[in-house]
Amino acid sequence: MVKPEDGARVPVLKAERISKTFGEVQVLFSVELDVLPGEVHALVGENGAGKSTFIKILSGFEVPTSGRILLDGEPVSLPANSAAEALGIVMIHQEFNLAEHLTVTESLFLGREICRFGVLDRRAMRAETRRVLDMLGSRVDENALISSLAVADKQMVEIAKAISREARVIFMDEPTAVLSREETDVLFDQVRKLKAKGTSFVFVSHKLDEVMEISDRVTVLRDGQWIKTAPTSLLDGEAIAQLMVGRELSSLYPSKHEPNVDEEIVLSVRGLSTGYVRDVSFDLRKGEVLGFSGLIGSGRTELMEAIAGLRSRTTGDVEIRGRALPVHDFREATARGLAYMTKDRKGRGLLLDEGMTSNLTLQSIGQHVRHGYLDPSSEAKAMARAKRRFDIRVRDDRVRVGRMSGGNQQKLLLAKIMETEPQIIIIDEPTRGIDVGTKQQIYHFIAALAREGRSIIVVSSELPEVIGLCTRVAVMREGHLVGMLEGEEISEQMIMRYAAGLRRQTAV
Amino acid sequence: MEVSTNSEIEERVPRRRTWRDVDLRAVAPFAALVLLLIVGALVNPNFIGLTNLANVATRSAFIAIIAVGATFVISSGDLDLSVGSMVAFVASLMILFMNSGAIADPSLMLVAAMVLAVVIGSACGLANGLITTVGRIEPFIATLGTMGIYRGLTTWLSQGGAITLNSPELQSLYRPAYFGTVLGVPVPILVILLVTAIAAFVLYRTRYGRHVVAVGSSREVARYSGIAVDRVRTIAFVIQGLCVAVAVLLYVPRLGSTSATTGILWELQAITAVVVGGTALKGGAGRVWGTICGAFILELVGNIMLLSNFISEYLIGAIQGSIIIVAMLVQRSLTRKS
Repeated sequence: MVKPEDGARVPVLKAERISKTFGEVQVLFSVELDVLPGEVHALVGENGAGKSTFIKILSGFEVPTSGRILLDGEPVSLPANSAAEALGIVMIHQEFNLAEHLTVTESLFLGREICRFGVLDRRAMRAETRRVLDMLGSRVDENALISSLAVADKQMVEIAKAISREARVIFMDEPTAVLSREETDVLFDQVRKLKAKGTSFVFVSHKLDEVMEISDRVTVLRDGQWIKTAPTSLLDGEAIAQLMVGRELSSLYPSKHEPNVDEEIVLSVRGLSTGYVRDVSFDLRKGEVLGFSGLIGSGRTELMEAIAGLRSRTTGDVEIRGRALPVHDFREATARGLAYMTKDRKGRGLLLDEGMTSNLTLQSIGQHVRHGYLDPSSEAKAMARAKRRFDIRVRDDRVRVGRMSGGNQQKLLLAKIMETEPQIIIIDEPTRGIDVGTKQQIYHFIAALAREGRSIIVVSSELPEVIGLCTRVAVMREGHLVGMLEGEEISEQMIMRYAAGLRRQTAV
Repeated sequence: MEVSTNSEIEERVPRRRTWRDVDLRAVAPFAALVLLLIVGALVNPNFIGLTNLANVATRSAFIAIIAVGATFVISSGDLDLSVGSMVAFVASLMILFMNSGAIADPSLMLVAAMVLAVVIGSACGLANGLITTVGRIEPFIATLGTMGIYRGLTTWLSQGGAITLNSPELQSLYRPAYFGTVLGVPVPILVILLVTAIAAFVLYRTRYGRHVVAVGSSREVARYSGIAVDRVRTIAFVIQGLCVAVAVLLYVPRLGSTSATTGILWELQAITAVVVGGTALKGGAGRVWGTICGAFILELVGNIMLLSNFISEYLIGAIQGSIIIVAMLVQRSLTRKS
């Protein structure tokens, strides 16, 4: 045993000079990482920095081209695929590896069921599952079907699975991307408890505030290179962001331009109800950037989809420049210059198996029809224009969209929406899961669109984003619009007060 | 708007096309066709003769034309199992109409009967489409149902026997539609080429074609892009019905008769041709010329078995069944590589 003295602790897992090449492309250049027992180690970097590849190598899902991995100071070669779990190294994927039709207990023991005389010992497995869940302080029912669980509970089951396999190092790839703030808090509590018992975590995230909150040390990767490893306490969010992009981020947010109070009202919503969205009214002026804030599940996306005509509304009117918009008619809304950009770019925004051009022109294909047939050269011109305008960077123009980085996908989605020449643009979560550099670009695109006289609604769960971009912020809570903040009122504390139900404006 | 000025004059580096750029999935069916031709030539020297090959192509016409329609349905993410029954149903009604003697003039009667077949075929396709989209029933189940309905109606119309074109005058007038040639090329081959060319144009060069691929790749993305998903799917079924009608127009002059067993298992052959041709069964990429290639392959395999003496031709069904499984395996392994 090694004494737990400072500086003398032997890392559980250590990666030395790891390089990885795919075909002719080198994605990792001699990257180093060491994980100490009972440590939460954050791994950050822009999209495409090589984080995912790196943790796949460390958890045995990929084989490094060169370099070695040491477990407890001994060089090991990790067995292929999930067999590394036997060594106590567990990876929790972004998309969970849970079969929806199994119960929690069955999931936990999948592939290593306890048997007595060849028959499943259900009672023993249930008891063990309960023990692990209790240890985690989770109230998930061990007999519940996975499909009935909330996302946060599924995450908890994954963690329980890791623990029941006596994991020593748990890799988590953006664990909080799909969690609300409350769910994130629960997850972090569990992480701290396990950490106290000596389990180590490697935590990949784009959310720097969470990195600051939970991690002990941070390792920054940029373009496949190791940049820095430092105790989190010596850094702040700004410093990490700078290390990630390698340049000053002085102007993450562009300057705001408030429209004149007598500027034309382009969109007017009165008493709109749909699903559990109740009686929402607001106006949007020409050239305005209006934010919609609130907790996840507060009904913002439902409201916006009802405005755009993607879902039906039970009551209420939507007017564009004084003319009523029919219910549930997305194409009419598009024709009248309203565009909705979904937050689910992979599931609803882009055809992942297709190329960039057919994605770009999908919504505006009518513009490229000449005498009844499509004109490929017109489409190619639109693509070249969009690449310049939105700085879409790809090595090969014919790449499948599913292979592009999240940031480039998001730019392509924005370009696709803009092909319909909208005057009113609703952007749902403009920067979900993309790196700081691209975020900054998207913020500037939004500001530039507003300066051109277009009106923009930004729906976002990231408070700094809403505060940094918008001249007015609407706050929703449980389907109601509970506050409309302007000017000095726009602050994290104020928005949270409305979002959490501590304050409420009677007439909005 | 932020326009990066330095990329105004973008360098157009002409990338050299290497063998790696070739889409294996698009090429595979044609490679298989060439391979089969070589095998056939080795088995029997008569095989590679122009007469034999023209015969094979002519015989593949029914399946090829139906499979072109199936390419649309499958590309849009659906499936139509009713095509074989639909052939029997449409053909029966067409012959019954010609036997009715409603129009005295034979040429006029023939034209009217052909129009009727096209209308009935489209209507059958429309029924499939509406049951699937408006009724929100899985296409597999919906067309399994109509497959039974069309087949049952045919059996009822024919009272279990055969429906035969009575008028010898009409028969001789209609015969050239299958047996005739234009500039030495059999009419069915010309029809295949025409139907395929139109289909390829619609699928690759029109707005509707782009919508089919989008709907087949992801219904949700299509919906969020303002595409009328249900309309696109329904029209694909109508195109399928139209293609079945065209196949019937060639089928009736060939035998001048239908029965309850007409077109049995043609749905299997049509789907096989589509899959062999490289169209993904889960929707998305549609390959019309690949489909035609697939239909030729199916017919060639049968022909080779007939000409060779070492495999019984009674095994044709089993071989065709195996081909669809092999085609799926090949498709999947090629997807993984690319």
